[in-house]
Amino acid sequence: MDQITIEQLVVNKERILALNTQFPPLSLSGLEPLVVRPDSNFINIGERTNVTGSKKFLRLIKEDNYDEALSVARDQVEGGAQVIDINMDEGMLEGKEAMVKFINLVQAEPDIARVPIMIDSSKWEIIEAGLKVAQGKCIVNSISLKAGESEFIQQAQLVKRYGAAVIVMAFDEAGQADTYERRIEICERSYLVLVDKVGFAPQDIIFDPNIFPVATGMEEHRLNAINFFRAAKWIRENLPGAHVSGGVSNVSFSFRGNNVVREAIHSAFLYHGIRAGMDMGIVNPTMLEVYDDIPKDLLDRVEDVLLDRRDDATERLLEFAESVKGETKKREVDLSWRDTTVSKRLEHALVHGITDWIIEDTETARLEMNRPLEVIEGPLMDGMNVVGDLFGSGKMFLPQVVKSARVMKKSVAYLEPYIEEDKRAGESTTAGKVLLATVKGDVHDIGKNIVGVVLACNGFEIIDLGVMVPPERILAEAIEKNVDLIGLSGLITPSLDEMVYVAKELQRNHSKIPLLIGGATTSRVHTAVKIEPEYQNAEVIHVLDASRSVTVAGSLLGNDRKRLATDTKAEYERIRTHHANKKAQKKMLSYERAKENKLKPEFNSETIRVPNKLGVQVFENVDLNEVREYIDWTPFFRTWELHGKYPRLLEDEIIGTEAKKLFNDAQEMLQTLIEEKWLTAKAVVGIWPANAVGDDIELYAEDGSLMDRFHMLRQQAQFAASQPNLSLSDYIAPKGSGMHDFMGGFAVTTGLGIEEHTKRFEAQHDDYSAIMLKALADRLAEALAEMMHQKVRKEIWGYAQSESLENQDLIDEKYQGIRPAPGYPACPDHTEKPTLFKLLEADRIGMELTESMAMNPAASVSGWYFAHPESRYFGLGKIQRDQLEDYAERKNEDLQVMERWLGPNLF
Amino acid sequence: MQAFMKKPDIQTQLEDRILVLDGAMGTMIQGYGLQEVDFRTEAFNGIKKSLRGNNDLLSITRPDVIREIHEAYLQAGADIIETNTFSGTTIAQEDYECESFVDQINLVSAQIARQAADKFTALDSSKPRYVAGSIGPTNKTASISPDVNDPGFRSITFDQLKVAFKQQMKGLQEGGVDLFLIETVLDTLNAKAALMAAFELRDETGIELPVMLSGTITDASGRTLSGQTTEAFLISIAHFPLLSVGINCALGAKNMLPYVKELSRKSNFYISAHPNAGLPNEMGEYDESPEMMQDQIREFLDQGLMNIIGGCCGSTPDHIRSIAELCAKYEPRKLNE
Repeated sequence: MDQITIEQLVVNKERILALNTQFPPLSLSGLEPLVVRPDSNFINIGERTNVTGSKKFLRLIKEDNYDEALSVARDQVEGGAQVIDINMDEGMLEGKEAMVKFINLVQAEPDIARVPIMIDSSKWEIIEAGLKVAQGKCIVNSISLKAGESEFIQQAQLVKRYGAAVIVMAFDEAGQADTYERRIEICERSYLVLVDKVGFAPQDIIFDPNIFPVATGMEEHRLNAINFFRAAKWIRENLPGAHVSGGVSNVSFSFRGNNVVREAIHSAFLYHGIRAGMDMGIVNPTMLEVYDDIPKDLLDRVEDVLLDRRDDATERLLEFAESVKGETKKREVDLSWRDTTVSKRLEHALVHGITDWIIEDTETARLEMNRPLEVIEGPLMDGMNVVGDLFGSGKMFLPQVVKSARVMKKSVAYLEPYIEEDKRAGESTTAGKVLLATVKGDVHDIGKNIVGVVLACNGFEIIDLGVMVPPERILAEAIEKNVDLIGLSGLITPSLDEMVYVAKELQRNHSKIPLLIGGATTSRVHTAVKIEPEYQNAEVIHVLDASRSVTVAGSLLGNDRKRLATDTKAEYERIRTHHANKKAQKKMLSYERAKENKLKPEFNSETIRVPNKLGVQVFENVDLNEVREYIDWTPFFRTWELHGKYPRLLEDEIIGTEAKKLFNDAQEMLQTLIEEKWLTAKAVVGIWPANAVGDDIELYAEDGSLMDRFHMLRQQAQFAASQPNLSLSDYIAPKGSGMHDFMGGFAVTTGLGIEEHTKRFEAQHDDYSAIMLKALADRLAEALAEMMHQKVRKEIWGYAQSESLENQDLIDEKYQGIRPAPGYPACPDHTEKPTLFKLLEADRIGMELTESMAMNPAASVSGWYFAHPESRYFGLGKIQRDQLEDYAERKNEDLQVMERWLGPNLF
Repeated sequence: MQAFMKKPDIQTQLEDRILVLDGAMGTMIQGYGLQEVDFRTEAFNGIKKSLRGNNDLLSITRPDVIREIHEAYLQAGADIIETNTFSGTTIAQEDYECESFVDQINLVSAQIARQAADKFTALDSSKPRYVAGSIGPTNKTASISPDVNDPGFRSITFDQLKVAFKQQMKGLQEGGVDLFLIETVLDTLNAKAALMAAFELRDETGIELPVMLSGTITDASGRTLSGQTTEAFLISIAHFPLLSVGINCALGAKNMLPYVKELSRKSNFYISAHPNAGLPNEMGEYDESPEMMQDQIREFLDQGLMNIIGGCCGSTPDHIRSIAELCAKYEPRKLNE
């Protein structure tokens, strides 16, 4: 046979997509759904609850130790298994009883039962017994043509009626398929029987084309991996709807005892398997090396074996294996802290964010104490106080605190049932109840979540209402839950007005609950000038960042309340006076005068470049590997309240170590999210013929007819003599000039698919990862905007074809042209977004606008392209009523409505 | 004339209009103030337990009452009436020691509803009326342990449920129902046993009556009693070629909306809902007026979510009348393709 190239082993994804659009996706369920779409990420199936694969699990079942057996299942789910494989096939076990008992017990554990179950047995009676106790849609593993077609049909019919998907082994009357040809022959035959004779839904068919061990020394095993890859590719490209799975551990069978080599083999096998079309697999996540982390020399030898690249491949891998034999993965872990008292151990775990022993330590502590609550009030709070002190003195950083919170949450979650039981003994005490909400119309919650975590660490009870919370609900919950504080958060400017509204409503309802204001657009000045005067019943305090929320909340609920209230009142009064004075001093021009003082750049064939491609272009499934190169990391660190410029801050004396750790965690998650395709990146860009008419910009179709217009605002402050009053419309040639000009628009998102994963993390009490993921998605969205802008400059529009800039230059905006966003400083009117979205048909890439004009998914960016060499970013500043009136008229919009939207900009 | 008398398939009706399901049976029966004697005939002399409250028996002991209720709902405009068989399984009747009456309950209940429906169809053949055999969840759950100290324990098995449901379905089918309505699904595994029973009954009789299935989301958690989210529930029962999937009981229309919406978005079956008339007040009574319920249901219709809509606990013929009036003004939700 001719040598097969790696390229030949890569499945044609477009073909799969095309083949599968005719079927609904494979949908499975536990307590929660798992939907496997043709373009889904690889589905991990946990393999540890399998007596044939795990000695430990077998022992636990044999010893009737089901509690610990359940924890094996739980660990897998927490470790990211999306389905759990359960197998009780062992000669000494009553397989059927064990299967039923275990599944019944799993049903009672919501954190395990949330994922679908794979019922794994070679005995039909065990499979059927399992199907009779699982309420969700399971996967049967497996059936095959081994005992002939009639038994196969009969079993498949029943699987269908029990409502399960099925794994079909490449096995027939003549035995197990071991060549490529036999694999595809059996799979095709099985498929036709299932679809045509049984009426099985094609998307519910999953083939296991046999993963056999490699490097066994047997000549006939040399093609074992390659034939699996080829079969996977063939199945996905030729059997519409069907999926491919397999038990991965089997491939490294000959290297048992040598985990370094095994992990490398698993990773490399999966890497090629997934490329070949394998879309699910039974894996042990702890036995996987990161593909890119496999040492080059080892990877080469592993791939030589898997891809059968040389005759001595097996010998060379064995040789290598010999050299690393016994070498366990080196981890510099000092476990001496395990020898201290349980309180000290809990403190250590909290400070260092270690969850490995938290349950057993919590249990030990619980047994030592009289009441479970004392564990929280005693060692856990003591530990968190240490964390708080370290944090307060700058010796711990936010990412660590969030990790500490994760440990705390795990421990508390463990204690909760005991506390419930113990309830009669008295009520729990907390530092206070805090309600948190991102206000209506706003979907951003990274900051709010951080505040929640930090407060929770400090003993506050958090009632988090999530995002887009309407004011009525904030009020109702605050009253019903009898909270002590309300914290409002928001990132986009309309949220500011929403907060004012909530304050008014609180006042109107005679609430006496102090109000905390936070979020990126909020400010002390806005709070003092706009919010605080509306709510006189209680304190209104702007909280600059998460670390201060603890002190502020603590003071408000402690003895310090009076002092804080008086000080804040006085301070806000001072700010208001200052603000009023400043306003009075600032000179403004009339809108007419401002327009006369516009920028008048040259418009000629040198400054206007006809785009290479007009109209709208969609970019589906942009490769995040490419996008990541464009990330600007500085704002990422700012999210975590680590201030400084990247990469310098990594070397910073004080925050450097933490920044590095954070950066490593970010890189690791970035790698995983890209490999496992957690996020889908999409973009749409458009360029249209355009001319300015006054401060509007008209957009034309290719035939010259008017399509739509954007409305721009103009600076109205009185500047120094030579300085123009800018409007974005200045960068487009006026209609009367006779020049045909152009402008562009874009919308990009990297937030598609994020929810599944943030929810997963949140369910695991892992806020750190949830926040990390959101922060990364935000960065990727900005990076994608940067990348698309470059593509526009160099190719699509092509006015800067020879541009060659490093990422830092891009971050420093050294390129020609700008991409301002509606709602941001140059044109702060968010209501221009619908026009932009309409022209781009942004809904095609899954983006939409909320009623407050926030973009959904949150990790999205949209804006305009201006190409004129003189175009610069600027801030609009304040405008006067005369412009507001003119603007409302141009937009054909109610004056009050525009006044509300532009409120923050009105002089 | 035989062809003239034959009703059109319910499927063709669903393509054209929103069908109205009837309202509560229990609430209506309460209004009659029936006593122990009303729940008995001589046949029950051997049973010492009080039978008052075992409403399914009324089909045998007071068929006039059941007929009157059916006719009140038909008069109000219901297109589909449900048989008085919510507890018509051997499992549910065990509490009353009435297992041996199960066949009769289902047969007679189906016949009473059949006669009432046919009477109204004959009056106006442009509005054919259908009978749905009501299949309740039983009072046992196959995937939840009744004993908190023994989470692995089950008081009923899949096979026991399957046998009981099949017996009920068989009786209903013989009594002449047009379709089955597996309703108030609290535990999806119970529902799956009922679906298996339906599969087997189809094999055995060669008759394939359409099956409606309706789950119950118990509270604001958005989950079934057995812990599934709405979508997980849908996925778990979608292997059966259902006529419709929907939600009933436990919630009033307003609180049910998000879950019905979720079903409507994720499913290509027809969508049904039969909410309660609000939530019980402090006196345990459902006090949402027909107008209030109509207002809330308008939202379902405005959003184009519905194919079949009716009422559950607390709803009366007046509620159904106002729902029917409203539905007449709206187009039904369309299936893909």
